[in-house]
Amino acid sequence: MTEEKMNLDEVEIRIVAKPTYLCVARSAIRQVADLVGLSETESDGVILALEEALANSIRHGYGGACDEPIIIRVFKEVAESGGQDALVAIVRDFGRQVDPASIKSRDLEDVRPGGLGVHIINSVMDEVEYSCPAEGGMQLRMVKYFAPVQGSGDASDVKTSCS
Amino acid sequence: MVDNGNISGNVIKSVRREKGVIFVEVTGDIDLHRSVELRENLLTLAAEKPKSTIINMSEVGFMDSSGLATLVETLQLSRRDGGELKLVGVQGRVRSIFEISRLDSIFKIFDSEAEAMA
Repeated sequence: MTEEKMNLDEVEIRIVAKPTYLCVARSAIRQVADLVGLSETESDGVILALEEALANSIRHGYGGACDEPIIIRVFKEVAESGGQDALVAIVRDFGRQVDPASIKSRDLEDVRPGGLGVHIINSVMDEVEYSCPAEGGMQLRMVKYFAPVQGSGDASDVKTSCS
Repeated sequence: MVDNGNISGNVIKSVRREKGVIFVEVTGDIDLHRSVELRENLLTLAAEKPKSTIINMSEVGFMDSSGLATLVETLQLSRRDGGELKLVGVQGRVRSIFEISRLDSIFKIFDSEAEAMA
C-alpha cells in the first residue's frame, strides 16, 4: 500500500488464550465490522479469518489453552485519494515465534482433517502479513477492503517479515 | 442438554435412529471450543457403524476449520466402515467455509432431511 492513510475508531480487544473466549472476540468484531460499514458477507469473512488467526495463536503460538493474552486491534483505514477503505485486524500473541515464511497453506487436494486455517485466512482477506515482533510472539496483520476489486478475495499480497 | 446414550453436552441437540440411519441435530456455533465436544460425540456415533449419518446443521450459524476438521474426520470414518455422511440445512455462512476449503464437492449436502433420505 503506497497511499497515506489515517486510522479511525480503533478498537482493542484483549482475550485470554482459551477457546472459550473466541465467541467473545467474534461478537465484538462483528459489531465493529457493522459500525464501519462492511457488508454481511464481508463481515463473515473477516470474522472467519479472525477466528482462524486466534485459533492458530492458541494452538501453535501457545501450544494450547492457557492464561496468556491475545490482543486484537481492529480499525478502519481510509484511503485519502480515491482508494478503497479497509478494515484492518491485527492479532498479537506472545507465544512461540515461527519464521513467517514457513506459514503456508497446505495442498487442498489432500483431503484430511485440519491444517486449513492459513488457507482460509489467505482466501478471505485481501492482505495478510505475519511478523515476529522483537518483544516476542507473533503478529498477524490482515486487511479487508470494503468493495473488493475484480479478482480479489485472495490474499495475493502475502508479506512476511521478521525483526 | 442431551442425554442420549453416550451422547452428552449441548452441541448436539438431538439424536434419533431409524432403520440404520442416525439423525443428528447440531446447534450453535462450532468453533475451537465446541468442536471438541462435537468430535467426541460424532466419533461415538460413528462407532455404531450406521449405514448413514445425517447431520442437520440448520441451527449452526458459524463454523470454523476445527468444525470442518471434525466433519472430515467423521466422513472418513463413515466411509471406512462402509457408511455415508450427509449434511442437511447448511446455512450460507457455514456453506462458504466448505467452498473456501474446496470441500463442498466432498460432502453430500442437502436442503432437507427428506431430500437426504430420498
